[in-house]
Amino acid sequence: MKNIRVKNIGILILSGLVLSWSVGCEREVSDEVEFASFPQRAEIFIDGFSGGLEYLPFGGSKLDAFSVDTDVKYLGEASMRFDVPNFGDPSTSLGFAGAIFPDYGGRDLSDFDALTFWAKASRAETISQIGFGSDFGNSPYRDMQDKFLVTKENLRVSTGWQKYVIPLPDPGKLINETGMFWYAEGPDANGDGYSFWIDELKFEKLGTVAQPRPAILNGEDRMERSFLDFQINLTGLTQTYNLETGENQTVAAAPSYFTFESSDTGVAIVNGMGVVTMVGTGTAEITATLGGVRAAGSLTVDVGGSFDFAPVPTRDPATVISIFSDAYTNVPVDFYNGFFAPFQTTLGGAININGDNIIEYTELNFVATEFKNPTVNASAMTHFHVDIRIDENIDPADFIAVELGDFGANAAFGGGDDSSSRITFDSSTLVSGQWISLDIPLSDFTGLASRNNLAQIFFISDGTISTLLVDNMYFYAE
Amino acid sequence: MNSNKQFNMKKNSGLKETLTLRKETFPALSSGFLLIALFLLNTGCAVDDTQTVVNFTTLTMQDEFDTDGAPDSSIWGYDIGTGMNGWGNQELQYYTDRPENVTVNNGVLIITARKEDFQGSGYTSARLITQGKFSQTYGRFEARIRVPYGQGMWPAFWMLGVPDSPGEIWPSLGEIDIMEMRGQNPTTLIGSVHGPGYSAGNAISKEYVFQNDRMDTGFHVYGIEWGPDYVNHYVDDVLYNQITPEDLPEGSEWVFDNDFYILINLAVGGNFVGSPNSETVFPQSMLVDYVRVYEYNGLN
Repeated sequence: MKNIRVKNIGILILSGLVLSWSVGCEREVSDEVEFASFPQRAEIFIDGFSGGLEYLPFGGSKLDAFSVDTDVKYLGEASMRFDVPNFGDPSTSLGFAGAIFPDYGGRDLSDFDALTFWAKASRAETISQIGFGSDFGNSPYRDMQDKFLVTKENLRVSTGWQKYVIPLPDPGKLINETGMFWYAEGPDANGDGYSFWIDELKFEKLGTVAQPRPAILNGEDRMERSFLDFQINLTGLTQTYNLETGENQTVAAAPSYFTFESSDTGVAIVNGMGVVTMVGTGTAEITATLGGVRAAGSLTVDVGGSFDFAPVPTRDPATVISIFSDAYTNVPVDFYNGFFAPFQTTLGGAININGDNIIEYTELNFVATEFKNPTVNASAMTHFHVDIRIDENIDPADFIAVELGDFGANAAFGGGDDSSSRITFDSSTLVSGQWISLDIPLSDFTGLASRNNLAQIFFISDGTISTLLVDNMYFYAE
Repeated sequence: MNSNKQFNMKKNSGLKETLTLRKETFPALSSGFLLIALFLLNTGCAVDDTQTVVNFTTLTMQDEFDTDGAPDSSIWGYDIGTGMNGWGNQELQYYTDRPENVTVNNGVLIITARKEDFQGSGYTSARLITQGKFSQTYGRFEARIRVPYGQGMWPAFWMLGVPDSPGEIWPSLGEIDIMEMRGQNPTTLIGSVHGPGYSAGNAISKEYVFQNDRMDTGFHVYGIEWGPDYVNHYVDDVLYNQITPEDLPEGSEWVFDNDFYILINLAVGGNFVGSPNSETVFPQSMLVDYVRVYEYNGLN
């Protein structure tokens, strides 16, 4: 190999000469140039705290988890050591290690493209969260906390020193950043803590952080049916860069890095925090850009007017045993969808719409709500009430069956004493697009051997009806 | 035209190399240093020092890709299909000459690799060749190229020898790889020559690693200067390798004294790069701003 690129001393001297002479041709800057008023300081922790850097642990964390280690280091005199507590460590009420390292003087990071450091751990581990941009709301230059937070989730570290690169999602936004570094990590699944070390922590202009691919909703194109005044938070906000190593590095990026846009602001508006608010009926697509690059993923909302909730029950609570209703105190319920494999297709379950709980089942064939801890004694009750809503067209063969299951004297599934009974409502009794209130006399469930240990309510459509809304399931006495 | 171009060398790397490479044409280190210092004194700024990367300046062929549409058919033909065993490398793409895979637009040749089922292959792309249209012995061959990135992308700008007889086959033909890279190594350029006894994994090859820069984020100039008994590989303003018969394995034949033609292609997958993965972005394009060929002038 005769062509290895080597700096020799002559060339170094030459560079010095060039520098000194090139001063002669510097041009004056124009008066319109606005200088960044914050220092472009890169170093955070090399062999000690850089000027202005503070250590602020999270409340409830192990406050002394961080120390400066002069024995273990990658380079120079010292490294940052972090001791993740064992489960039950009395020095942390919340059982984790975590801190921010701010420089409240502020720094201009706009010329850098990555936060970099060398790290190793006492054993191969995954650090839950590590990044920069956390300021505890104390930045004098920001109207909100953690405005440009960046988090690398589940960073894998090994027992050997390795360099890590956390890309800046959009350096141009970081002209007065105070959050230099932060992390949070707890014990592993066995409750064991460990130690990790970080050294040569700094911002760098690598020049090899490239091919930005931002995403919202983790890159999915999502469709949502929604209603007036409802809000949807855009989540899954990430920025991905390809690094010098060829690896793609994805970080979670705060909403403030993104510019959000609605295709129809008469239907849905979106604010700078990625909160979408439905303001009119129709369809709108929400998209985003980061640093001028279109983010993968979108949200298309179909706003169908105001949500029509089921009638609010008015019966005296003293005469009601409620399984699912915001109007009453409900008995303990094990689940609203047992996901019985392999025959059940039904998805969905209880959802919250602007503070109101309802159940939405999709791809319904059959589904069970179970309440066996304890079972319900409805012997004093006379009726079962449920409100259901079907928004799709109802075909002649469509039906919904309601089935009650009783676990018998042993109050447990099986044992030869279980019984159940089903009432079927055919298409002639079903109406699309409005709530249907069913009040079924318990005496109609003729197959029930007992109703002292009721534990299950089934809805069955055999696929004839796909999406079913359910509210206000209760037994009552008349 | 840019026929008298010398590259300005901005950093440290080239001077030492050039001196080592071609002692006969450069002054010794000390006097070179003095000359350059004087030069700086005179001009104040402008350049720091200059590496003479190229010597041949008389154009014999050029395509600036200034006409939109299909590439100039008087220069470029195509390899179509999958060749033998994925062009000998188990490459995954089917080469076509469709505009979806190869077109000229806005002054740039665009070769696009797509993920699509086509004629039994999972990907399509294109390979342009000047065989039967343009070939030359010796000279300077360069192109200004921006490559794609990601696991399994394999762009190349290279040359093959015109067979002396119908029966002559690779590697006896000779192959000069001016630029190739693996999409998963976005900073690493590979320049090579292949011949009998030094082909494929045993090619005479050198990597050049970009510092604080990448091959997929901007255009770079990739070239060779080729004369009797040498092939010089350069990128932008840096001469990074010279290959001579002395570099060949003992007893091997130097097969670079006859006409060679040019190939430009974007392969997907194969032995050299491995298959694309779920993170590889499709479609992606290799962009070529120009291809220029200059004649050997006997200098150096």
